[in-house]
Amino acid sequence: MRLRLVPQETNWDFFGRWKLWFGISGLMIVLAMVSFGARGLNYGIDFRGGTTIRTQSAEPVDVGAYRDAIAALGLGDVTITEVFDPNFAEDQNVAMVRIQAQDGQEAVTAQMIADVEGALQGVVPDINFVSVESVGPKVSGELIQTAVIAVVLAIAAVLFYIWLRFEWQFAVGAVLALVHDVALTIGVFSELNIRFDLAIIAALLTIVGYSLNDTVVVFDRVRENLRKYKLMPLKQLLNLSINETLSRTMMTSLTTLIALIALFVLGGDVIRGFVFAMIWGVIVGTYSSIFVASAILLRLDVKRDWSKQDPSAGTRFADVDA
Amino acid sequence: MLQFDLWKRVLIWGICALGLLLAMPNAFYTRVEAHNDAVTALERGSTAPGVQEQAGMWPSFLPSGLVNLGLDLRGGAHLLAEVQVADVYETRMQGMWPEIFAVLREERGQIGTIRLQRSAPDELRIRLNEKPDMVDEAAALVRGLARPVVSLTGAGSSDIEVTTEGADVIVALSEAERLATDDRTVQQSLEIIRRRIDEVGTREPTIQRQGSDRILIQVPGIGSASELKDIIGTTAQLTFQPVVTRTSNPDMPAGAGNELLPAEGNDPSSRASEEGVYYVLEKAPVVTGEELVDAQPSFDQNGRPAVSFRFNPGGARKFGDYTANNIGNPFAIVLDDAVISAPVIQSHIPGGSGIITGNFTVEESTNLAVLLRAGALPAGLNFLEERTIGPELGADSIAAGKIACIVAGVAVLFFMVASYGLFGIFANIALTINVALIFGMLSLIGGTLTLPGIAGIVLTIGMAVDANVLIFERIREELKTAKGPARAIELGYEKALSAIVDANITTFITALILYVMGSGPVRGFAITLGLGILTSVFTAIYVTRVIIVIWYSRKRPQKIEV
Repeated sequence: MRLRLVPQETNWDFFGRWKLWFGISGLMIVLAMVSFGARGLNYGIDFRGGTTIRTQSAEPVDVGAYRDAIAALGLGDVTITEVFDPNFAEDQNVAMVRIQAQDGQEAVTAQMIADVEGALQGVVPDINFVSVESVGPKVSGELIQTAVIAVVLAIAAVLFYIWLRFEWQFAVGAVLALVHDVALTIGVFSELNIRFDLAIIAALLTIVGYSLNDTVVVFDRVRENLRKYKLMPLKQLLNLSINETLSRTMMTSLTTLIALIALFVLGGDVIRGFVFAMIWGVIVGTYSSIFVASAILLRLDVKRDWSKQDPSAGTRFADVDA
Repeated sequence: MLQFDLWKRVLIWGICALGLLLAMPNAFYTRVEAHNDAVTALERGSTAPGVQEQAGMWPSFLPSGLVNLGLDLRGGAHLLAEVQVADVYETRMQGMWPEIFAVLREERGQIGTIRLQRSAPDELRIRLNEKPDMVDEAAALVRGLARPVVSLTGAGSSDIEVTTEGADVIVALSEAERLATDDRTVQQSLEIIRRRIDEVGTREPTIQRQGSDRILIQVPGIGSASELKDIIGTTAQLTFQPVVTRTSNPDMPAGAGNELLPAEGNDPSSRASEEGVYYVLEKAPVVTGEELVDAQPSFDQNGRPAVSFRFNPGGARKFGDYTANNIGNPFAIVLDDAVISAPVIQSHIPGGSGIITGNFTVEESTNLAVLLRAGALPAGLNFLEERTIGPELGADSIAAGKIACIVAGVAVLFFMVASYGLFGIFANIALTINVALIFGMLSLIGGTLTLPGIAGIVLTIGMAVDANVLIFERIREELKTAKGPARAIELGYEKALSAIVDANITTFITALILYVMGSGPVRGFAITLGLGILTSVFTAIYVTRVIIVIWYSRKRPQKIEV
């Protein structure tokens, strides 16, 4: 017997409560933006400049002691967090130390890093510095700029491609769905205070790609059905298209999620934030391709070619195997 | 109907086989890596014992291209340096002074005596002492020295800009010449950094120019970024300059054409040899490090570490002449604006070889010799970004990534079989080939695998089945309208194609943008994602199709269940 995620034949009405869905999406976006505005993002050093040091020791991490040791150096804002991961060995205690970019310094100072390392070694003699990363404020400013350009460029390129292959209403629907996904992802990162670095931008762009993938598959079916059933009301036609592709949408989302969850659990703490963004993106992207992209398409009332009076219009299979 | 030309089948299987063959070395990573290193060593003429053996560990007829591991997986150091291009302007202007001086002195009768004034480092300010009203004539004389700019964009303009201000003639480099100089400076710095890193001999360093004045340096396997900085961050500008006087006053006015430099010991980070000692030196050097042909670590007569050097013939002559004329006077050996030592010339030194003593450790003298051999950086470096990733962190990441890949793969394989039965198995064969193809292509193009890159592969595993899911779902739909299995399969492939193409092109666009805009690990992600899209479309459309066609023509089932 085959595993079926959704029944063989579905005929669910996805647009009966479109106001409710729009309301939920709108509210979520507002919440995301409020959170972003109020709390901002927990920018990593890629975007804010500064230094992160990843330490490892056999001794358990004592955040207080670390803080005291570094505070003596007067380096301003220092964040110390212990890192937990199921993959770590018994005697593997990891902490991340983040030091803000020092005022008035364009470049990275080796002296400061050496001082911090020395101070920590004073507290924990067997401490190991597994990775040390420093980004000067000059570069971090540029990295933000490039990241924003990359996301905007990706969305613009996609808008153009869909407009080319479909019609402008489709492009608007797809892009609004994308903006929805990106906004919600940023909102989650701000709300959960997850570190936002360059890799997350990559994840955002992947979400853009994935969400589109989903949207385009639904739109492809809409396009096909528009040619097939020329007189069917748009709402019914969109519902039909979504129902027809529902099984595939679920399958793909689920296989992708399975793979991502494996990576989330087993892939180590270094890329956990990155994988989290993608998991969230897959869920939101699947939702938005149905409840945002298609719903917008319905509102925009895609132009249909009524001028050609096709005698067989409205007949099923009119276009099959012609 | 379900026909496939023979040549197409051959081509499809050929591509798969080639992909597998290219991917294979990665399964024996350490062994192949040892083999590759040994082969390189043999090419360089190494005869060390065991090298031949190591080279024989992997048959030479098999491909030996490997996926490069990124810094985040292998461990190593990453630096982004900004070349202080403006440093060169000063040197250029100083080099010009003797020439300008000669021209203006010749016309002394017309413009009177001149004197060099203190000024910004990137310009020369010459005052006419006696006839301030002749300033335009003097400027015209200096302008006569201008040369055309040698560059593509700056063609037609001259290299210096001469302006006047009161009784002063101000000479500076023109905008076009600055641009041309900047470009040369960065090129030169790049070349010298490469030479220095090669001297140390690490595997596969990446040294790239980025933007107009930046250099990206990535060296796998090195212990830390500060170690790397020691090698490439030192300018190693060596000069031999005449000593005017020696002082302990750090604010002593040096006078025009001279400069005040500290003795090496004043730098708190280095050896305290001559605390509080300063030298006033003539700015124009007798000989510079550029005229060195060789430098080796050695020891002086007292057994202390030193660096012995040899000049080229031009440098040897200048050095010989100077020492012959200045017996009994001190001269200074200056490295990066600090006086290493200021010995008194005891006798004429012909032959152009000598020895630099200072309070070196053996390690320092060895490093200095490397730096002098590779040449000086034309300008200082400012480090904007540095990252050190320990090898153990990289190894942990690889191990975690491997397990995640395997678990993700097995779960997806299982899921596909549960959902599509036999067709799911077909899709799984394609998926396996797909992953092999990604590795094969990565090895072929010498792509770099980074930690986000591994995530890209896992994501591809999840999404690669998408094209097959689209096709299989479509076949199911077509089966409902009862056209017979063969027709349903054919229609399934045909009709799913537009969705597959559109969906993958849009994802590919984002991968492309990531590649262009991203750097380092993010770029690694874009590469695996992009390759994954290409290979998954190939395997879904062609490989599963060939498998299904073969299966169908053997079994000829009356009814199929997808």
